[in-house]
Amino acid sequence: MTYERKFKIGKPILEVNNISLAFGGVKAITDTSFNVLEHEVRAIIGPNGAGKSSMLNCINGIYKPQKGSVSFRGKVIPNITPNIMAQMGLSRTFQNLALFKRMSVLDNILVGRKLHTKTNFLEVALQLPKVKKEEKLNRDRSEEIISFLEIEDIKDTPVGKLPYGLQKKVELGRALATDSSIILLDEPMAGMNVEEKRDMCRFILKVNDEIGTTMVLIEHDMGVVMDISDRVVVLDYGKVIGDGTPDEIMANQKVIDAYLGVEH
Amino acid sequence: MKPIFMTYTKKDLINLAVCMVLSVLIIPTFIKTEYWYTSILIPWLCLALATIGQQIVMGYTGQLALGAAGFMAAGAFAMFNLILRVPDLGFVGSLIVSGLIAAAFGILFGLPSLKVRGIYLMVATLASQFFIIWMIDKFGWFKNYDSSGIITAQDIVILGKPFTTPLAMYFVCLAVTTILTLLAMNMARGSTGRNWMAVRDMDIAAESMGVSLLRTKVQAFAISAFYCGVAGALFAFCYLKSLEPVAFDIKLSFKILFMCILGGLGTINGAFIGAAFILLFPVLLNAIGNNVFHGAIDATIISSIEQVIFGLLMIIFMIYEPLGMAKLWENLKQSMRSKLSSSRIKNLKSSAVKK
Repeated sequence: MTYERKFKIGKPILEVNNISLAFGGVKAITDTSFNVLEHEVRAIIGPNGAGKSSMLNCINGIYKPQKGSVSFRGKVIPNITPNIMAQMGLSRTFQNLALFKRMSVLDNILVGRKLHTKTNFLEVALQLPKVKKEEKLNRDRSEEIISFLEIEDIKDTPVGKLPYGLQKKVELGRALATDSSIILLDEPMAGMNVEEKRDMCRFILKVNDEIGTTMVLIEHDMGVVMDISDRVVVLDYGKVIGDGTPDEIMANQKVIDAYLGVEH
Repeated sequence: MKPIFMTYTKKDLINLAVCMVLSVLIIPTFIKTEYWYTSILIPWLCLALATIGQQIVMGYTGQLALGAAGFMAAGAFAMFNLILRVPDLGFVGSLIVSGLIAAAFGILFGLPSLKVRGIYLMVATLASQFFIIWMIDKFGWFKNYDSSGIITAQDIVILGKPFTTPLAMYFVCLAVTTILTLLAMNMARGSTGRNWMAVRDMDIAAESMGVSLLRTKVQAFAISAFYCGVAGALFAFCYLKSLEPVAFDIKLSFKILFMCILGGLGTINGAFIGAAFILLFPVLLNAIGNNVFHGAIDATIISSIEQVIFGLLMIIFMIYEPLGMAKLWENLKQSMRSKLSSSRIKNLKSSAVKK
C-alpha cells in the first residue's frame, strides 16, 4: 500500500508519560508511556479490563492519575480537565454513548461547535447581528458534517430515539464538529454489524485523510484494528506489552499470549 | 422550519400575534370586572415569569433548585428600597436593578450546584429560601424600619404617569412578561440554551466539548434568579400591593415548582400553561363547590381536595408525561392534524374510486 498521504505523519502530538492510576487498591494503569504522532491512526487494544478506557479518561482529564503526565504538542499539561483539553484541540467519544438524549441530532452536533461560539448569553438573548452570523456559520459546518456522515434524514430526531449504530455516528459527528486536531474514539464500533463497522471505518479513514485529524481509537475487532491503524499499542493489566505497527504486533509473542492465554 | 425573525419561525410569529391580539385588544375590551385583573391575570403573568426562571434552572439546565420564592422576595424588597432610596432610577430602572440584585443572590446560592446534584442540591438551594427571608426579617433597614411588618408598596409611576388602575397594572405586567419571555426563548433556542441542555443531559460530555460546567450552571442560576426577582417585584407591586416576607414563603416556591413540572419541564410555553392551571384550578373547585354542591362541602375540605389532586397530578405527570401539559397540548394538535389529513386522504380516495 503505497498511496501518497495528504497529511504526512509528523511529530508526536500527544505523549503519555509514566502514568499510574489506581482506584483505592485496584491498579488500573501502571507506569504506562506511549505517544501519538500527528495525523496518524493509533489504536489501543487489549483484553477486557486492561485499562484502555481509563487511559483515555486520563488523557482527557476525567480521571486524575496519581503519577505521570500528559503532554500535548510537546508541552506538559498541568491540572488537566476535559474543558482544558477541549480548548487545546482534543475531542472524544465515549464507550457507553454520552449524547444529549433529549436534543436533536443537529443540536447535539451544534454543541460540538461550542468553542467556535464566542457570543455571550446577553447577545444571544437580544439576537444581535453577530449572533446570527456566528449561528449561521456553526449551522453550516454542522450540516456539512451531517451530510458527510450521511445522516441528513435524521437530523431533527431526538438522539435518544435512534438505534445504537446511528447514535455512535452522531457521537463521531459531535467530536468532528469541534474541528479538533485529535479525536479519541472509545470503541466506536462496539455493537455494530459488519456493514455498520465498514461504514465507520470509512468515515474514520476519510476524516484522517481529508482533514488530517489524528485518531486514537480503542477497538476489539482485530481485523478492523489491523486494517485501519498505522500503529498499535497493546495494554494488559494496565501495562504496555506491545507497541508498533500492526505487523509487528501480530508477531509479538507477549501479545499473542495475552490474547490466547499461555500454559503455565 | 426556518426562523424568519430572530429565532422565531412563522408559526411562532402567528402564535405571538394571536396572543398579543388576545391580551392587548380582546381581554381589555371584554373583561371589565376588576376581579379578573387583580386576582387572576396579574398573578398569572407574575408567576408565569417566575416559572420561566425556574424552567431555566430546572427544565433546561437540569439543576433541581427549590427557592424561587426567596429570589422573588429579594427582587421585591430590592425594588421597594430602590424606589425609596434611589428615586432617580425610575420604575423600569429599579425593576432591572432589582432583577440584577436577585441574580447576585442566584450566583451565590447556585454555587453548591458545582458539588452536589439531584435531591441534595434541592436541599442546598432551600438555603436561599430561608436565608433571604431571614435577612429581610432580621435587618430592619430592608423594611425601612417599619414596625407593622407589612409595608405598602409605592405607586407605580413610569415616565411621570401613574399606573394604578388594575388595567394599567395588567399592561405593565404584560409588557415586562412579554419582553422577558421573548428574550428567554432566544436564549433557549440559541447557543446558550444548547449549553444548558447539554449540561442537563450529560455533563461529562458537555465538558469534553468545551462547555464549562461552572460558567453554565452559575449563569443559569443567575438568569433564573433575575427572572424570579423581576417576577417578585411585579408580584409585590402589582398583585399584593404590599411587601411582607411571609408572602414569599416556601409554599410559593413549591407552587412555582408545581407550575414548572405540570406545565412541562424544558418548555417556555409550559410555564404559562402550568401557572394558569395552578391558579385557576382552585377557582374552578370553589365554583363547583358553590354551584354544584351549593356550599355543602366545607371550604377547608375543598382546599384539601385541591392539594390531593395537585399531588396526584404531579405523580401522574412525572410517570407518564414528564414533558407536562405543554406536551399534551402538542400531542393534541398533532392528532387533530393527522386526523384532518387522513380524512382528506379518504375523501381523495373515495373521489378517485367514484371516477
